[in-house]
Amino acid sequence: MKRACTIASYCSIRGNKVILDDKLLYKGPEDHFSDFASGVYKHFSVSYPKFHKMDNLGKLGFLAAEILLKGRDIINKYPADKTGIMLMNSSSSLDTDRNHQRTISNSNDYFPSPAVFVYTLPNVVIGEICIRHKFYGEGNFFIMEKFNPSFMVNYISQLFDNDIVDCCITGWVEIDGDNFESVLFLIEKSSRTETGIANFEPATIESIYNRK
Amino acid sequence: MREVYISADNIITPLGFTTDENAASMLAGETGIRIVKEENMSPLPFYASLIDPKLLLGRFSIFDDPAKYTRFDKMAICSIKDAVSSTELNLTDSRTLFILSTTKGNIDLLETDSSDKRLYLWNTARMLQQYFNFSNEPLVVSDACISGVQAIITGVRLIKAGLYDNCIINGTDIISEFVLSGFNSFKSISTGPCRPFDRTRDGLSLGEGSGTIILTSDPSACGNVKIVAGDGFSTNDANHISGPSRTGEGLYIAISKLLKNTPVKVDFISAHGTATLYNDEMESIAMTRAGLQEVPVNSFKGYWGHTLGAAGVIESVMSIYSIRNSILFNTAGFSESGVTNPLNIVNASVSKDIGNCMKIASGFGGCNAAILFHRK
Repeated sequence: MKRACTIASYCSIRGNKVILDDKLLYKGPEDHFSDFASGVYKHFSVSYPKFHKMDNLGKLGFLAAEILLKGRDIINKYPADKTGIMLMNSSSSLDTDRNHQRTISNSNDYFPSPAVFVYTLPNVVIGEICIRHKFYGEGNFFIMEKFNPSFMVNYISQLFDNDIVDCCITGWVEIDGDNFESVLFLIEKSSRTETGIANFEPATIESIYNRK
Repeated sequence: MREVYISADNIITPLGFTTDENAASMLAGETGIRIVKEENMSPLPFYASLIDPKLLLGRFSIFDDPAKYTRFDKMAICSIKDAVSSTELNLTDSRTLFILSTTKGNIDLLETDSSDKRLYLWNTARMLQQYFNFSNEPLVVSDACISGVQAIITGVRLIKAGLYDNCIINGTDIISEFVLSGFNSFKSISTGPCRPFDRTRDGLSLGEGSGTIILTSDPSACGNVKIVAGDGFSTNDANHISGPSRTGEGLYIAISKLLKNTPVKVDFISAHGTATLYNDEMESIAMTRAGLQEVPVNSFKGYWGHTLGAAGVIESVMSIYSIRNSILFNTAGFSESGVTNPLNIVNASVSKDIGNCMKIASGFGGCNAAILFHRK
């Protein structure tokens, strides 16, 4: 049975800007992602000590989810095991892979660390968001060259159609060298009282993704 | 609702280059885990299940030039090639999707060039897709140690949704200094061959391997004993990014969702069973909470170690083999239960009629997955 779902909200973090549902909420002067991420963290008065232990991909996904879910009370709105996360990117965890490689490339200066190594998996950002927001349902991380709105809509729609999720965070979280980009969407099952910002269709997703 | 069947499969481990070769070695009591002295991987000797490079080169040279491909590529190509050659499905049309399951792909190339294009997992998947003339942009699933199970769940969903008719799912990971140093830093490598669920277990053995499963909606291309890949679910513990949940919450929810969706008496469980203290304990709690403590359960890790992103595919292939051939495989390395919630651990390979098997997996990031395979 088809269950309609809708885009409740979206948040993009890229080009040193944070945008929530077309509104520019923050623009940072920082040169590097880690400084920019700290700027966003302070600007939005986030208080979560674990943030500082996360790798760049973790921080990028965490901050976008934080801003996306603020004040939405998802935890009380849906059963926890029907809240899911599906993310995609192009370079997996290569940013942190390079950091781990630096710790083992010289036998005289050999210092591999579990605190770095655990982030050499792209899906750990999903774990971070789940821990913060108590999402217990589906988690999927897919790697693809470019953001693919059709695949996203097809995949997420069947999760709603089959009653596997009632609410889902989905989108693109990419960091590679100095380039970073996160565009996350909050998708919820349609209700009579809340219509969301737009229909969950590839053309809509693509148009939002292209609004830079 | 359309059903999804297994048409063909393959696994490559030190125990063999086909599913049948692996099964024969396992029944002969062999293991692929042995002591490795490779100073370019670790200053101290370690136990792992590694594929003999000379053997891989020899197998690959029969049909192509090995110099053109990486170690990862060669393993994946050998596995996919064997599976593809044993199905009558047409896999080059637009109704077929290739899915690669891996955690680290060609990660060993990072040692020499940190910007090598082949480090990008989508690029590796595309090379494999083009090698076999598959249509469509391939998909890469990278969900830590549940990747393989998750890739099969994804393939089943995409076929059931009518988006494709066939999915070729390959799971591959290699072991290099990158992965070994990381697991060493976690102090999770065992001092001998791993001993899943055993009282004396002290860690996992890493393994490398490749496995392939071909899923289809067409039962006519699936031999006499038809095996269905049923629905599966993934969950998150929402608890810790590297430590298993002390209550087994995420895995328990995944199993509960599966049993609610498909109410069956489970005949056999293929556990994750890495042989770390915390993983096996967590699994025993989750299975007990789900009321499955009497169901025969094994871990395949004692045969070929923890093959990471390949594990879910390789172990599903061997679970399907168990159903097809009515065999329960021994839990290699196990002798005396060492989990607080006792399970019915398979401690000898025996003939047994098995109508279905639940495959479970858990991994870093707090992820868990469960899927059911059953005879039609």
